[in-house]
Amino acid sequence: YLFFSLSTPQENTDPQRTAFLLRKQWALYSVTPLYKFCDAHLKDYARLLSAFIAAEKQKGLAVEIGVELDIKVAVSSVPDLKGSDRDQAAILVQLSLRSPASLKNSEEKLVWSGCFCCVFGDHLSENVPEDFTCLPLFLVNGAESYTSLVGSWFQKTFDCCFRRLAISPLNLSWMATMWTGCKVDKSTSAVELIFSVPCQPYPLDISYAIHPEDAKALWDTVQKTPGEITQEEVDVFMDCLYSHFHRHFKIHLSATKLVKVSTAVASAHCDGMIKFLQSKYLTGVLMLLTELAISQIQ
Amino acid sequence: MLREKKSFKISIHLTTSLPLPAERDHLRPRIDLIVFMIDIKSKYSLKNVEASLAHVDANFFLGKVCFLVTGVGRVNYCSVEMNAIWKLGEMYCSPVLFCELELEGIRNATAQRLLRMLQICAGHVPGISALSFGTLMRNSTDD
Repeated sequence: YLFFSLSTPQENTDPQRTAFLLRKQWALYSVTPLYKFCDAHLKDYARLLSAFIAAEKQKGLAVEIGVELDIKVAVSSVPDLKGSDRDQAAILVQLSLRSPASLKNSEEKLVWSGCFCCVFGDHLSENVPEDFTCLPLFLVNGAESYTSLVGSWFQKTFDCCFRRLAISPLNLSWMATMWTGCKVDKSTSAVELIFSVPCQPYPLDISYAIHPEDAKALWDTVQKTPGEITQEEVDVFMDCLYSHFHRHFKIHLSATKLVKVSTAVASAHCDGMIKFLQSKYLTGVLMLLTELAISQIQ
Repeated sequence: MLREKKSFKISIHLTTSLPLPAERDHLRPRIDLIVFMIDIKSKYSLKNVEASLAHVDANFFLGKVCFLVTGVGRVNYCSVEMNAIWKLGEMYCSPVLFCELELEGIRNATAQRLLRMLQICAGHVPGISALSFGTLMRNSTDD
């Protein structure tokens, strides 16, 4: 299993348009292809979703307790958020609250964002019939109650299925290795790995922080071909970190569960959460996540 | 495995690693089958098995060894790469079985399979030797 370098040169992409993804915690979902979705009808979808949310609120499934708040729905396309031209451009859904008190100034507060995207998802989109749109990765920032509202509307309307994207310790090891190898200017954030040990009565969490330059130096001795990473190299890299830890603490980290990886590029949690920290590597990380989402669907 | 109905006596020796302590060698009964258990959630268990394999006499690899991979029910807990396990099976010419210990049905089915293998390895089934059975098992996984 071979993997190529994360930083793909982004021509004609405006980093400002995708900056909204940075430095926020996003929950990850895999989404099956959407049936009869048309990106010319985004405004209609916004209207329909808005009506749906209002109707659900009427039914008593209120999302905000207390003051009657007006939820405004915006659905837009983010053309810069894709891998190749064969990918469907990303679709961004935003829910904002408009409080009646400030109707004059129409002050809106963004409370929920959901982004459907596909970055280099060729092997899914190639094998899917005409009427389907492939946007296998769904990123969510905001309250779970809004997520289930938006999710159920999309499921009903486009006959798709959402599943929380789980990231296995194996995949987290790949991310740790790949992101350690990325060149980052003035990185002060350590490479941090968090392991969970099942213990009674509470599980024990072990945090292993490595100075980013040391980690990069180690990776440089392991990596044979610049721009390429193999499973063996990932194993060697991780084994070095584990042996070092064992030498000092007599604990076999390889017998525990790797649950979170944090680097200067991004941080990822096994429950399917991501935080993008570098716009330069945004596409690369999204490509990885798209790949995971596609595996989960298939 | 002990709970299954059978017409022969079995004794099971559990150990976390090999080699077995030399002092008890003369007291040990004949070993008919060695099952190496790999927990897919623990990279350490794979490393441990790999280290222990070095201590096993070559004769055992003529059908008296198998790998049992556990924890396969939950893909998101995977810490061991499947390719590494397949390669291990190939390298040591031994079959790889899968089991989810937490599911009773699979647990029972696996126990029955292992018992059957044990019978063959101990020479209790006329007409099938451990080696021929091992070859049969391997060829079916290649398909």
